[in-house]
Amino acid sequence: MKESPPKSARGRPNYGTRYAGPTALWFTLFFATPLVIIVLYSFLKKGLYGGVQPIWSLDAYRSLANPTFAAVALKTLATSVIATAITIALALPCGYFMARSRNQTFLLLLVIIPFWTNFLIRVYAWMAILGNNGFLNEVLHRLGFVKEYVQFLYNQEAVVLVLVYMYLPYAILPLFSTIDKFDFSLLEAARDLGATKLQSMTKVLIPNIKSGVFTAVLFTFIPIFGAYAVPLLVGGKDSYMLGNVIADQLTKTRNWPLASAISMMITVVTTAGVMVMMNLQKRDAQRLAEEKLSTGDAGGGEQ
Amino acid sequence: MKGSDVKIERVSKAFGDFKALKDVSMEIKKGEFFSLLGPSGCGKTTLLRIIAGFETPNDGAVTLDGTDVLPLPPNMRHTNTVFQNYALFPHLSVYENVAFPLRIKKAKGSIIRERVGDYLKLVELEAHARKKPSQLSGGQKQRVAIARALINEPSVLLLDEPLSALDAKLRQHMLIELDRIHDKIGITFIYVTHDQQEALSVSDRIAVMNQGDVLQIGTPHEIYESPASDFVARFIGETNLFEGKVLAVEKFNGAPAGADVSMAELEIPELGRIKVTTVDEIRPGQSVAFSVRPEKIVITTDKPATKRRDINLIEGIVDEPIYSGFQTKFYVRLSEQAVFKVIKQHAVYSDEGPDIVWKDSVYLSWSADDGYIVSVKES
Repeated sequence: MKESPPKSARGRPNYGTRYAGPTALWFTLFFATPLVIIVLYSFLKKGLYGGVQPIWSLDAYRSLANPTFAAVALKTLATSVIATAITIALALPCGYFMARSRNQTFLLLLVIIPFWTNFLIRVYAWMAILGNNGFLNEVLHRLGFVKEYVQFLYNQEAVVLVLVYMYLPYAILPLFSTIDKFDFSLLEAARDLGATKLQSMTKVLIPNIKSGVFTAVLFTFIPIFGAYAVPLLVGGKDSYMLGNVIADQLTKTRNWPLASAISMMITVVTTAGVMVMMNLQKRDAQRLAEEKLSTGDAGGGEQ
Repeated sequence: MKGSDVKIERVSKAFGDFKALKDVSMEIKKGEFFSLLGPSGCGKTTLLRIIAGFETPNDGAVTLDGTDVLPLPPNMRHTNTVFQNYALFPHLSVYENVAFPLRIKKAKGSIIRERVGDYLKLVELEAHARKKPSQLSGGQKQRVAIARALINEPSVLLLDEPLSALDAKLRQHMLIELDRIHDKIGITFIYVTHDQQEALSVSDRIAVMNQGDVLQIGTPHEIYESPASDFVARFIGETNLFEGKVLAVEKFNGAPAGADVSMAELEIPELGRIKVTTVDEIRPGQSVAFSVRPEKIVITTDKPATKRRDINLIEGIVDEPIYSGFQTKFYVRLSEQAVFKVIKQHAVYSDEGPDIVWKDSVYLSWSADDGYIVSVKES
């Protein structure tokens, strides 16, 4: 159940706005303003050497219809969906075993430790592992599994692998905290009533930790959809994502309105995704509320 | 006869250093309402979980109708459980909770509708089919849990302290309800409880457990009237338990023909000389534990006029009368150390005489037949 928005209780002065002031100011300065600038830029004509000319134009959005962008956009979407799916699939059992473990604090620490190292350094670490003269190839070679070096880096698989690695903790943490509150005796009940181990997970655990799965999906899908550094560093030319196209448009092609328009596209897609999922959640909550209101009426068998 | 007989043979279970069950054996008959009764930590829930398949014993065997069930996972056993906290699925409606086992089995829609309807009717919840568990009262949740556990038509229903979360009045009601359901479907019920009243009122037989051991198995009457040990006597109902020495033993003439009953005279430091009948073989000089239930004692302010040899009579001073409507419980002080519990029922037509109050001098009397030798200590 979501809490209702805070209301001033019976005529007492509401200090809410005053307390929220600094945060509001911060977001206006560093979040809303840049967003407005991007929106504006996306509707202007491009300057000759970067920047924009103060002339309204839909050129940027027209160029979006370009099949190359459409291909990159689809590719980005596919990569994000695959990487998110793998991340969640790995994070679910992790979160489950952490929640059931007696060493929760220790395991939580293990999940958080990677955050102590800079994001880029961790990407470079993966490059050191996967590179042609890297650790993995070295091991395979020494063990005699391969004669020539295997090309692990600079392809789509490497991008997905490193993206999954990067965002796994963001999925594990919300899943862990939801599963931790789950009543495990429900799984025993399911088993008792005839469910196999797998069925008790899919039919009882998952439906009861939906909110955690939802949060985990948001926390991984959104950053992955806007990924820039990972495909740049470990991907090949074919694994370019929208983030890389934006960077190219800004720094190389110097088409700022187009870069802004692509940014807008990412914002719109992710926001739409969030809203769809939130709506699904809300509908769930609403259905429950309606069922609550209609208590006492003749139920009978429903499907 | 529906249901299965359940045989537990020399089952042991330890959790680390803690021995939850020590070499426990019992045979539960088809269709029986069988209770496992004991204080918390006595191993009763562990035994239930072993039968259900949630725990594996370190040693021993569990068979249902002669089939070893220990290798089977919980979902393959013909047992279903009513859990202490109900364990209803919060994301499913009452209807879907009850339908869950059938959906797992992939039963046909028409069969599901019919069976769920039947079982919701059995527990009188048809009107609440569409509600979520969070919208139900404790008693209703309990009924959903029972319907859900029964819909698979198990041959044994396991109930793990199912009424402990309900208030006293509802508990009484649900107990009658459980008894009705048991009579109606006739399968074996194994009922775990720490509440002796619950166990006594519904069980066909009871196993009293303590610290991983089974102390006594018997009908409620046997358990109450002839407890096999001091612990059982103390745990089941209230009792006055004293230790003493056997002075003399003679044949009891008031016993029904053929019964081999003897009358013993005991020397009990707190009570003096007490007469008691027993079927046990006892010899003068042995130490025994003697028990008499508080409700078997007549309390009067005047000395009762009886010449019968088998009536015991002692004197004391009322220390504390506790009135509870239908009865009054008296703590009667016999000496510095000894207190005797007496329960007086308030009958309607009987002449109750003057009220007995605090500090009254009273006479306590009971028939030798109502006392009981709990155990004989070897001398």
